[in-house]
Amino acid sequence: MSKRKSRETHMTSGECVSQVQRILRERFCHQGLPEKPVGLDSQYKHLLELLKRTAVHGESNSILIVGPRGTGKTMLLSCVLRELMDINEVQKNLLQVYLNGLLQTDDRIALREITRQLNLENVVGDKVFGSFAENLGFLLEALRKGDRGSSQPVLFVLDEFDLFAHHKNQTLLYNLLDVSQSAQAPVAVVGLTCRLDVLELLEKRVKSRFSHRQILVASSLTFGQYLDNVRSQLSLPQDFPDARFGQEWNDSVAKLCEDKSVEEILQKQFNSSKDFRSLHLLLLLALSRVNVSSPTLRAVDLLEASRLCTVDAKANMLHGLSILELCLIISMKHLNDIYDGEPFNFQMVHNEYKKFIQRKSNSVHNYEKPVILKAFEHLLQLELIKLVDGSSSKTQREYQLVRLLLDHGQIMEALQRYPQCPTDVKQWAVSSLA
Amino acid sequence: MSRYFTRLRVRRTYKLQGRPTSEDRKLKRSYYESFTIAVEGHPNVTTVSLGEHILIEGDNEDNPYVAQLLKLFSDGETQKKAVVQWFVRMCEIPPMKRKLLGREPHPQEVFFYQDRSCDSEVDVESILGTVQMKFLPAEAPFPETETKDTLFVKLSWDTKTFSVLHPDLMQPPQNPKTPPPASQRASRGGRPTPDPAVMNSAMSSRVSMSAGKMSVSEAESVHSASKLSAAKQLSAKRRRAASGPSVRKKLELHGLDKKVTGAEMFEELLAEDLETEKALAQELSASPPRAISISVRLTPLKSPPSPAENKDRFSLHPLKSSDKPLPASPDSKSLDLNTVENDAFEPDPVQSSGRTPRRREATPRRFNLRGQKARTPSRRKDSVASRETGLAVLAEEDHEDSPVQPVVLATPRSKRKSAQLVSSRIRKQLNLLGNELLSDGEEDDPDDDENFILSKMIMQSSSEENEEEEDETKEDSEDELVVKKSRRKTGSRTPQSAKKSRASARTPRKTPSKKMAPSTPRTPRYATPSIPSRTQPARTPGNVLEEARARLHVSSVPESLPCREQEFQDIYSFVESKIIDGTGGCMYISGVPGTGKTATVHEVIRSLQQAAEQDEIPQFRFIEINGMKMTDPHQAYVQILQKLSDQKATPDHAAALLEKRFSNPAPKKETTVLLVDELDLLWTRKQNVMYNLFDWPTRRHARLVVLTIANTMDLPERIMINRVASRLGLTRMSFQPYSFKQLQQIITSRLNRVKAFEEDALQLVSRKVAALSGDARRCLDICRRATEICEHDASDKNTTGLVNMSHVMAALDEMFSSSYITAISCASVQEQLFLRAVITEFRRLGLEEATFQQVFLQHQALCRVEGLQPLSVSEGLAVCQRLGSSRLLLLEPSRLDVLLRVRLNVSQDDVLYALKTD
Repeated sequence: MSKRKSRETHMTSGECVSQVQRILRERFCHQGLPEKPVGLDSQYKHLLELLKRTAVHGESNSILIVGPRGTGKTMLLSCVLRELMDINEVQKNLLQVYLNGLLQTDDRIALREITRQLNLENVVGDKVFGSFAENLGFLLEALRKGDRGSSQPVLFVLDEFDLFAHHKNQTLLYNLLDVSQSAQAPVAVVGLTCRLDVLELLEKRVKSRFSHRQILVASSLTFGQYLDNVRSQLSLPQDFPDARFGQEWNDSVAKLCEDKSVEEILQKQFNSSKDFRSLHLLLLLALSRVNVSSPTLRAVDLLEASRLCTVDAKANMLHGLSILELCLIISMKHLNDIYDGEPFNFQMVHNEYKKFIQRKSNSVHNYEKPVILKAFEHLLQLELIKLVDGSSSKTQREYQLVRLLLDHGQIMEALQRYPQCPTDVKQWAVSSLA
Repeated sequence: MSRYFTRLRVRRTYKLQGRPTSEDRKLKRSYYESFTIAVEGHPNVTTVSLGEHILIEGDNEDNPYVAQLLKLFSDGETQKKAVVQWFVRMCEIPPMKRKLLGREPHPQEVFFYQDRSCDSEVDVESILGTVQMKFLPAEAPFPETETKDTLFVKLSWDTKTFSVLHPDLMQPPQNPKTPPPASQRASRGGRPTPDPAVMNSAMSSRVSMSAGKMSVSEAESVHSASKLSAAKQLSAKRRRAASGPSVRKKLELHGLDKKVTGAEMFEELLAEDLETEKALAQELSASPPRAISISVRLTPLKSPPSPAENKDRFSLHPLKSSDKPLPASPDSKSLDLNTVENDAFEPDPVQSSGRTPRRREATPRRFNLRGQKARTPSRRKDSVASRETGLAVLAEEDHEDSPVQPVVLATPRSKRKSAQLVSSRIRKQLNLLGNELLSDGEEDDPDDDENFILSKMIMQSSSEENEEEEDETKEDSEDELVVKKSRRKTGSRTPQSAKKSRASARTPRKTPSKKMAPSTPRTPRYATPSIPSRTQPARTPGNVLEEARARLHVSSVPESLPCREQEFQDIYSFVESKIIDGTGGCMYISGVPGTGKTATVHEVIRSLQQAAEQDEIPQFRFIEINGMKMTDPHQAYVQILQKLSDQKATPDHAAALLEKRFSNPAPKKETTVLLVDELDLLWTRKQNVMYNLFDWPTRRHARLVVLTIANTMDLPERIMINRVASRLGLTRMSFQPYSFKQLQQIITSRLNRVKAFEEDALQLVSRKVAALSGDARRCLDICRRATEICEHDASDKNTTGLVNMSHVMAALDEMFSSSYITAISCASVQEQLFLRAVITEFRRLGLEEATFQQVFLQHQALCRVEGLQPLSVSEGLAVCQRLGSSRLLLLEPSRLDVLLRVRLNVSQDDVLYALKTD
């Protein structure tokens, strides 16, 4: 017995690392529900009370949960439902219908989905029979026949609520909200959206039927809480098979969080967004660098992960360009400076490039015009430059107006890092007269 | 059920027969005794004479109207008119009244209709054909029906109650000088009577075929009929005897008296019917089954020895036999008398035709025995007298109904001082009539939960309807089963018929839905729409606040609608006058959302329905459609038709049917009140839906009142083309937004002495809402939220438990304050910085728009000032997009990258305020 236990506690470090990877990956990717939503107590209570009244008393309600992306709207609702479902009375009664504005792109699909999820009688297997009009009539009839006391309450969760407002006539919203405002089967309509101006999207009749209850989910997280969250997310649970490794890992995590550079990285991440999803991405990248040779999470890993996360999307693209293309971009930059952001055409770029070649003919190869045009078109394909809207294709390619989609800083940085960039080109980039 | 011609669109020609028997010079009318219906493409001609029962084309094709032909006259050159006595089917009786019958109606039962106000003159062209009708005494059971064609009459219906049919009414009122129809006498002569088995087999086959099938027994009869040799006939007879269970039963039933003559009669009959049957055989092979069903149906009717009469006689046999074993009935004595009489006739089958009048004579005697001793046995005199009184009543009622009479009209209107008066009056009358109604088994409680009971009744009746429908399908499937069995039996014997049966099984079915109903629920028609009921009952409100919350919910129907008395009165008098006059009209109601338009109309309809139940006004039907609750404006037709007659049709077909219904002088029509909610959504480019909705009420016979509801006052002028707006007319009404006093009154009346709010709090809510929108829904929602906040507070610290100002303020803040400021102050540092950069850039440019590139430069500068690490362009774009997704910034949707144009969705002051508080 004791022998087996000792064998268990002393796993090889490879096993331990893979175990750690498994646990933490699951935590970061599956977005497990926390014990209790942080900093959303009043919202939590409000929503819970509301849904409980629908489930228990049969009172119809409608509510919107609004908040920027990644602030925990769905998490809040899931937590509430988790608690609600623990109540025996609710568990047996509540019917749930989940709709997503990105999936149910029009009312026809949405109605079929509702009918399917409610498992009404015109559903066989997974198929819903009847036309759109019949489905609507059927659903409304079903809801109309119910009453507060006797029929099961239905919870409608409309994710991406704002997209439902774009459906024709807002028929679905009108009908759902109308049911919630009339003595029919009890329903609770819960909308989740990240648009703060969602009420302005609703048609006036739909708006009047909506109860105007809104829960604003905005994370008022401080950096301290954020840091605590990172620590708890990275820590291994107490029942980790290899207790000694677990302890070591947790100690290293605690030390890591106190590290100055790590704190800086996390602060930067926190400043950029309080979203936990982006944090999880960062930690996941760092975690993937943990292996047998370095079985703990180091500050370097986090630094590298942060660099990967915040890398500029166009930097790599610029590194792959040829010298000629780079020169074209530099001349475009000068044109931008001269004409204050006005669009330009290939001929202008070519002239600018020619001027530079005349000055520094010794260091840069002089290309033919067709070659330059080809390079220009390559830039166009890479979408580093973009045709101006409305420039007709009838105009010759050389004279079509384009704009540069790169920032000053991006160009300069790319030049700094470009391998074996001629000094003349670098100088030219700094000053157009060089 | 059997189907009639209408679907086929057969062309029929109508001809008045013989010479006019009398003429009315004053009215330029000449009266006739009979007319003929010739169906195009078919040689047979149906003769319909006075006193026969006829089917009249109605809006329900499966159930045409039933009536008895009383008079037939030609009006001028082309107009052929008929005066009829109506019979109603159960489905035509308003659902509210159906349960007055107190038992399950027989599917083929009809009721003698006694409503003087109803138009009894119809076009001859609308007559479809004849039908058999049997008058049964009220207590007699319904005979086992051998056909689905015979209708039974037991009771009469006078729009209020079912009553036992007066026996005299059963006789066709005929002028003394007119002899009974020739056909009737002809049948009395020694003409050979057709074998009942043949008749029955023909009939049963007709029924089965109408279900989309070809019966083998039918095919066989044709087969055998084409061969006349004696030997073959014998075998045919044997075969027939075994072919269908119903046929066999019939043979047994008539076994004793028919056995001897059976064979001879058979021959004769077959010879007679040979021609038609041959034609039939041809048709069987050529035309679709539907056509055959008609031709077969016509066969018995056309033959000279008046088969209608014959059929009547045969069907009397089972009736009587079922009549006899009724010892438990209260008037067994009279029954005994009858049986003595009947027994005398029983063994004589030839004279059985003479029994019909005698039996009818016997019926009044039965009544006499029951206690009406003073009545004269003279039937004719009596009937004349009753008719006279009937006419007198008719005249009187005409007087009453006519709008010229000011007294009657004035009384209800003068009483209608206000909505309260009306409802109180109704309540009073309900109290008075309470006992009577309760004794009738009607649970009318004059208390507050009247409406509740009303709705319950409606629900009950609708569920009954469903059951009926199910029964019907069951019957259908049973019929099919019988047919299948018989087919299987015979099919194995004769290869020809087997082939046929297979062919028939393969023929495309016209009614696949009915067929497949029991096996696959493909048709949602039979699926009952319902939400599963909860396993545990809902909790009832526990404390004062919960009670208040329940009362304040928008869905709870208030006892009365305060502050809308004037509107209520106007709509009420409009609809009532139209119902009383039997005319039609349109009304347009406008008002911003939440001002009680729909609620008021519903209230009016409830009051009117109560009044109709008290028989103060004629019965009417209420139909409601909502533009928002349909997928397409043309669905309006479908919904109206479905609610009107429970039919399903495509929009085009439904429009045609409704058009027919509203433009034809349909009999027995009650006024229809149609509520069209959210009218503006019925707009189409050609506006034909709106046009029809407003055009129908102007038709003479439509009796349609259309109430339309929309939000904008000038909708008719704005979106309607002239011909639509003109038909809508000028009866307009607009609901003003509620003032704060009205809102306060609404809340107080809803709370109804439940003390949950402080007076100040109520005033604050109503003032705030009145200033914003005047939407009562908003007001109620805020109050409800305030009770929640109060409850939440009360659990923390022990306060008064009343909702006070602070709670209301909190609720108002929650609902009306914009969430932008909170969202900005909770945004991440970089997001806030970006917003600041946007404002800086706007100020620099002096414009309210900038590209991302410009803002990003500012942003980087600000970062340096704040001592933060500048972001890369990608990160900056991500920040910008996040702000855009929550609509703090307005961004262009296209992929413009750094050239993206940025605008603020919040005022600059708000942003600065939010950033400062941080």
